[in-house]
Amino acid sequence: MARFIIRRLGQMVFVMFAVSVLVFLIFNVIPNSDPAVRMAGRQASESTIQAINKEWGFDESLPQQYITTMEKVFTGDLQSYITQLPVNEEIIKGIPRTFSLAIGAALLWMFVAVCFGLYSAVKAGKFADRFLTIIALIGISMPVFWIGALMNHYLGFKLGWFPNGGYVEFTEDPVDWFYHLILPWTALAILFIGFYSRVLRSNVLDTINEDYVRTARAKGLSERQILLRHVLRNSMIPIITLWGLDFGAVLGGGAILTETVFDLQGVGQYAADSIGQLDVPPVLAVTLFAAFFIVALNAVVDITYAILDPRIRLQ
Amino acid sequence: MSTPEAATEPPRPAGDEHLLSVHDLRVSFATEDGLVTAVDGVSFDLAAGEVLAVVGESGSGKSVTAMTLMGLTRSPNSEFEGTAHYKGTELIGANEDDLRRVRGAEIAMIFQDPMTSLNPVLKIGGQIIEQIQEHEALPDQQARERAIELLDKVGIPRARDRLDSYPHEFSGGMRQRVMIALALSCDPSILIADEPTTALDVTIQAQILQRIRELRDETGAAVILVTHDLGVVADIADRIAVMYSGRIVEQGTLDEIFYDPQHPYTWGLLGSITRVDRPRPERLPAIAGLPPSLGNRPEGCHFRPRCPHEFAKCIEVPPLEARQDKRPAHLDRCWLSAQQKRELREVRPGEIGLEKKAGAIQ
Amino acid sequence: MIRAIDYAREALCLAVCVAAPLWANKVAHTTPTENHLSDTIQINGETKNVVGLDGVPIGPTWHGEFFLGADPNGRDIMVRLLYGGRNSLMIGIVAAFLTTILSIVFGVIAGYFRGWSDSIIRAGLDVIWSFPVVILGVALGVALALGGIKLGPIEISGDSLWVPILIIGVVYVPYMARPIRGQVLSLREKEFVEASRAQGAGPFRIMFTEVVPNLTSTLLVFFTLLIANAILLEAALSFLGAGVRPPNPSWGTMIDDGIDRISTAPHLTIVPGVMLVLTVLSLNVFGDGVRDALDPRAKVRLER
Repeated sequence: MARFIIRRLGQMVFVMFAVSVLVFLIFNVIPNSDPAVRMAGRQASESTIQAINKEWGFDESLPQQYITTMEKVFTGDLQSYITQLPVNEEIIKGIPRTFSLAIGAALLWMFVAVCFGLYSAVKAGKFADRFLTIIALIGISMPVFWIGALMNHYLGFKLGWFPNGGYVEFTEDPVDWFYHLILPWTALAILFIGFYSRVLRSNVLDTINEDYVRTARAKGLSERQILLRHVLRNSMIPIITLWGLDFGAVLGGGAILTETVFDLQGVGQYAADSIGQLDVPPVLAVTLFAAFFIVALNAVVDITYAILDPRIRLQ
Repeated sequence: MSTPEAATEPPRPAGDEHLLSVHDLRVSFATEDGLVTAVDGVSFDLAAGEVLAVVGESGSGKSVTAMTLMGLTRSPNSEFEGTAHYKGTELIGANEDDLRRVRGAEIAMIFQDPMTSLNPVLKIGGQIIEQIQEHEALPDQQARERAIELLDKVGIPRARDRLDSYPHEFSGGMRQRVMIALALSCDPSILIADEPTTALDVTIQAQILQRIRELRDETGAAVILVTHDLGVVADIADRIAVMYSGRIVEQGTLDEIFYDPQHPYTWGLLGSITRVDRPRPERLPAIAGLPPSLGNRPEGCHFRPRCPHEFAKCIEVPPLEARQDKRPAHLDRCWLSAQQKRELREVRPGEIGLEKKAGAIQ
Repeated sequence: MIRAIDYAREALCLAVCVAAPLWANKVAHTTPTENHLSDTIQINGETKNVVGLDGVPIGPTWHGEFFLGADPNGRDIMVRLLYGGRNSLMIGIVAAFLTTILSIVFGVIAGYFRGWSDSIIRAGLDVIWSFPVVILGVALGVALALGGIKLGPIEISGDSLWVPILIIGVVYVPYMARPIRGQVLSLREKEFVEASRAQGAGPFRIMFTEVVPNLTSTLLVFFTLLIANAILLEAALSFLGAGVRPPNPSWGTMIDDGIDRISTAPHLTIVPGVMLVLTVLSLNVFGDGVRDALDPRAKVRLER
């Protein structure tokens, strides 16, 4: 087991390295324009561009540029040339907000998706199943920023049931913190509920036909016990990997749309705000941050998987 | 579709209390290609403590029969007719709650493939204990002890430690023993074994069968052994029912079937057993042709297309009945006279078999 | 029987959603960029301003002109919807195409040859896979905005519609290439591939004639679902400003414009969103239906 963990962590480090190279390539190599001009953003002055050139060493060799870039990112030396704010600090400010959104939404969507998916599978073919399937399909067809904006406007602004966007620190007022997050959690969860409930439904329908479920039935176990202990447990295993990936994605700022629409000022929104002015440093940093998160969480999930499913440990 | 046969009451030996009485069982499934009858009028009895072997090819309906007794074939597209009486309970139409009480506790089943029949992510101890605790209110520690006892009884070494192992940590033969332990955990009156050795090595086969027989001797449970291998049956069965294409075509004691078989299909089965005490034949003897597809059975006797002794009367479904006065419990479905049967089944002096039917390709 | 009617209905819905925008210029009475700021139109005998004196544009009139209302610049929403739809759909379909082609190439090579090429391709896919889809799209969008990209002899400007197509096309490759690779891995062990090899067919020939045709059902289902996701991603990126750029219309940019004025003119947000949902939904339902129809497990299980 320990060997497996070490191996997996080693893989993780390697992928992180590859990711950082790709980010470097995206921002500094692939596009067809002067990197210094790009880094400066829209409407940059000539002096800024020259300063950037010196700072980043764009006349040096590519590997050297890579090292310079990574140094700047990891030593907190990265700065936006448009807002003049240090990027890493802004990201750190946004982390609790992004995390609050991500964790709440992830728990919500998992819980609801499991209920919907399981119920749908048990009632397969009947009206309840068709109904839930259509709801799920609508869920995955809706752009999250659109439904989020509509919810925010109608439920928040017009009806006043919920606050009209914004974020309250947990340390200030936990209840208000929660209250402000209900709509964003729901909006973000809708898409995932649609997807996960269908995947679970499909897994459950497969598992129900397995031989060991037949054995369980032959043992005289109650349907409820068969469903929960044998069917659900085995069906959930592949879902957990998927969930890990998606959770990692939203933790790292992948919920950029939801954050923007509800004005949560999280890590994702920081990147979104930088788009208009083509402010590269924040976008670069957030991209790296998000990817690292996913890679790390991926490793954690794989290790958890190995704990849950004993067969994996042999590999 | 087969023509409905006249319901024949198989004669019961006087004064016997049968543990299980199956009468005219029919099981059909609605498929995309129409209604398909897997079991077409099966009747038999099982006495306490006896071993009944149900022998037949794939598609003969033997597994469906066994699973139907436990209610495992129930689904929205299955239909059942007939009865199966077990200790006063009617199994076929029973509601789920009653059936659940019977399953595992009174009638237990072991399946063909022990690898897929055990839940791969749960420890085997847990899988045994959950069955015990479902039917008996035993506290955890005692249930654990019983589980260890059971594993011991089926011959698993270091049972106490292995309780916390996972199925994939056992070999095929060991897994099947675990399945047997599971099945016997609540002291059932009937053990149904559905091809228990098919997925195992020949050497392990003998061990498993012996274990089943020993356990039968110890616990007094009756055994229904479903298999396609007549050789497996010889050591362990008391009675044999030969199934073909959804029907029982011959039924009798071990000796009756092996030494005085009445149905051409049985002759074919016996003839196809390769014998070590005879000179090697040029080709492996086999019954020519294939069993009919479930939706497309011939009228009358289902074995007609492959039977070299077919004659005019075979268009009528032969009822399952005793055709020899001295043996009221030896039943068969063949219109041939006893004399004809005696002559036709000897393909070579002293050898029972079935000639190839000319042009019998399905 | 019922299934056939369901499919026909869905296909029709899909056809309408797709066809209408593609024929936008025939249907529309004006261009998507033309301003009708100071115009008035007649509805039921009344004369109304297209854009009111307070800057609030007219809502849906359900009549010939300005069927679904106007936007603050006096542009006809219905017209913009159709033209924007053309962009959104085109981007979605072409991007999905791009993804499919790339996935087939990488997936088949990785799955068939295994060894080195497999490791490299898989590592590459894993790396792309490690980014949240929208964030990667934003990153590429921002990076390529100023100067565009140069692929060998081809130069694509930062404002071209090809930029979002390229971005979306590349971002989704791992999601399709992996399953394809998985299928190729099992297909290559099948007898007909062995037979072909025994006949002396070279690897590329085998891939084309034996492996790829067996992937068609998977490809078909994936392609449909890809278009749906590509359209959603394009809308998301355009909404954020990293996809389609103004004044080019797209459903995403329309929603972005609309949200600013949601209290006074909600139709600006609702209309393009509904259109988006309907189109993506019909694609998803269709793709789902296709997957069900091709699923061999749909048959009843008969006992041995």
